[in-house]
Amino acid sequence: MFDNIKILYHQGKQFIPDVRKAELPGIFRGRPVITTARVDERALEELCPVNAISIQPVTIDLGKCAFCGECARCFPGKISFTTDYHISANKRERLFIREGDMEAITMNPATVRKEIHQLFRRSLKLRQVSAAGDNSCEWELNACNNVQFDMSRFGIDFVASPRHADGIVITGPISVNMAEPLQLTYDAVPDPKIIVLAGTDAISGGIFAGSPALDRSFIERYPVDLYIPGNPPHPLTIINGLLDLTRMR
Amino acid sequence: MEYITLKNHQTVLVNEIPETDYDDFFELNSWLITDHPERHCVNYFGYKTASGIKLLSCIADDEKHVIYVSSCIPATGRLIKSFTSFSLSFEKFEREIFENFGIFFSEHPWLKPVRYPFNRSDKSKTIASYPFYRSGSEELHEVGVGPVHAGVIEPGHFRFLCNGEQILHLEIQLGYQHRGIEHLFIEKKNLLQRVLLAEGIAGDSVAEHAGTFAYLWESICGVEPTPEVNFTRTLSLELERISIHTGDLSAVCSDIAYQLGSAVLGRLRTPIINFMQEWGGNRLGKGLARPFATNYHFTKELAERLNNMLDRYEPDFDEIVTLLFSLTSTLSRLERTGAVSYNDVLSIGAVGMAARASGLNRDIRLSHPYGLYHQLDHKPVIKHHGDVYSRVQVRKEEIKQSIEYIRHIISDLPAPQIEPTSLPKPQPGIFAIALSEGWRGEVCHCAITDNNGELLVYKIKDPSFHNWMALTLAVRNNEISDFPICNKSFNLSYCGHDL
Repeated sequence: MFDNIKILYHQGKQFIPDVRKAELPGIFRGRPVITTARVDERALEELCPVNAISIQPVTIDLGKCAFCGECARCFPGKISFTTDYHISANKRERLFIREGDMEAITMNPATVRKEIHQLFRRSLKLRQVSAAGDNSCEWELNACNNVQFDMSRFGIDFVASPRHADGIVITGPISVNMAEPLQLTYDAVPDPKIIVLAGTDAISGGIFAGSPALDRSFIERYPVDLYIPGNPPHPLTIINGLLDLTRMR
Repeated sequence: MEYITLKNHQTVLVNEIPETDYDDFFELNSWLITDHPERHCVNYFGYKTASGIKLLSCIADDEKHVIYVSSCIPATGRLIKSFTSFSLSFEKFEREIFENFGIFFSEHPWLKPVRYPFNRSDKSKTIASYPFYRSGSEELHEVGVGPVHAGVIEPGHFRFLCNGEQILHLEIQLGYQHRGIEHLFIEKKNLLQRVLLAEGIAGDSVAEHAGTFAYLWESICGVEPTPEVNFTRTLSLELERISIHTGDLSAVCSDIAYQLGSAVLGRLRTPIINFMQEWGGNRLGKGLARPFATNYHFTKELAERLNNMLDRYEPDFDEIVTLLFSLTSTLSRLERTGAVSYNDVLSIGAVGMAARASGLNRDIRLSHPYGLYHQLDHKPVIKHHGDVYSRVQVRKEEIKQSIEYIRHIISDLPAPQIEPTSLPKPQPGIFAIALSEGWRGEVCHCAITDNNGELLVYKIKDPSFHNWMALTLAVRNNEISDFPICNKSFNLSYCGHDL
């Protein structure tokens, strides 16, 4: 008993009081900023291993970006990654960062489905489906509910059964072999249901895009409610994305 | 007996690997493995050549610190005898060869599909029609779990044959995570793309797989690893070991409903992975391992920060594990649960932490050292009961050991090294092999280049490829309610297996 209390005392305060404004230690590759400096754009475009960079004007697609940081390393005057982890969006086009774009990525509540605001403002239960995810996104989704990030305080939890869920969170590029189990899980969730794509692999296929072992037709069949970029996404990106989607008015 | 002897990270011209007929190939490998517990198969695979499918076997010898490589192109239409007939450790390798190329092995127990790859030889077999072992008894019942599981974890299907609450047999069906990685290694020509692929093999083993790829690529190009890359890869690998072992200890506590342990160990993982982010910008260490150079130099300030962080980590960790291992309520769940015997892990060729928890001393850091392990005087942590308790103890002691190693290596930082101005080119027509010891166990990457120096074959073997069988043996005769802690004590990789 006293041992337990002593251990609890030794932990100190672990939880992050304000998940909206918490600062990340050291370096972190969050929202990139692209200056209008002139560089060899062709070389920049070719450097990107996942074709996330397009030119004229130079644009980074965060839905494809593997956050390897190679572009910022080779073109330091052109591209830099800020520590801003607020990079989730409910529209795919909001993930495109163009040169000169300095402002943060925000969600426009008017473009969020009405039912999401009506039903999931105070409570959201999610069923995660790893569809060929590399287990990094899964580790970070689990981290969302540890004592530091404590996502449960917002009434957001992962549940065991799709029957108990309000939506699904997909990680991974979606393999042919997972296409059917993913569909079955989605079908088992009661309406209205939301779809969240967590991680670059889920949003675009990432480095696996174009592999003959993938079947991404699911993404084309249904509307996606939230995109959470990252490789893997930081827990703060995940939590803020879900809060923005459900609570921003 | 024709074979060639290589060291870890050594390359050889492909046509210098002796090629024999199948009978000699069989005799040789049988002779190498039988009654030699210090030897095991680290990779055995097939690939297409102009004259047919070539089989290539790599047997590691832990005492002599070498790898024996032999090869064979079996004549088409001839019945060939399975290696599994003399050692069960080949069981899955042969299933993989059968699945990929349709080569049939006689006297194999059951050539079942392994992962249903997109380029399998028989497309009529689909993942929904996997041939499970069935008992047919009316007394027994089956429990099917997955592919989508209750927790936030990867997909796989578990089929239990139970007598009441008791598990008689477990079969694990995988393949859901197959992304065609080995094929993508060949298709994507850019080095950075291949690095990202290696980082994506298993997101919980980034340092392990990306580091192994980087070493392999350097050896293909004939470049010696520099002190700085050795430092970066060894340090990130040991940090990864601490972070995952801590997270898994927390998960074991959750599964036995020990909330305090789960919460404290869960939060102790955070400073470790946050440090990786401070150093390289990614909590799981993506971006740290690159061939030829390192993008993130390790500074004196980082070394001081790491020392301070470990100073705070250690007392909190010691306090909670001391309590965890002194409570009768936790010990009664861990001890004698999910035991695998020494003979079993030896016969199935288990590796890494799972093998060491059953008394089998198998650790690449000792037997085929690389990186900075030459100078660390590594002594593997060995336990003998093979139960959940042993595996948990191995993890606890390996965390302490890794902390000691980290403190040692950061006391002497390497000089920042300048990146080569032009990328070295792969040598033509060679075979290369790289072994590493990650937190799960031994990773093996093999590559073969063609006459133009382009990648022809890239073969990845995750430790889970061997160790899933250890889990199925561990749960036999246990209660089905103990499956979760057995599973967590191994924490095997689905994506590393399915590729």
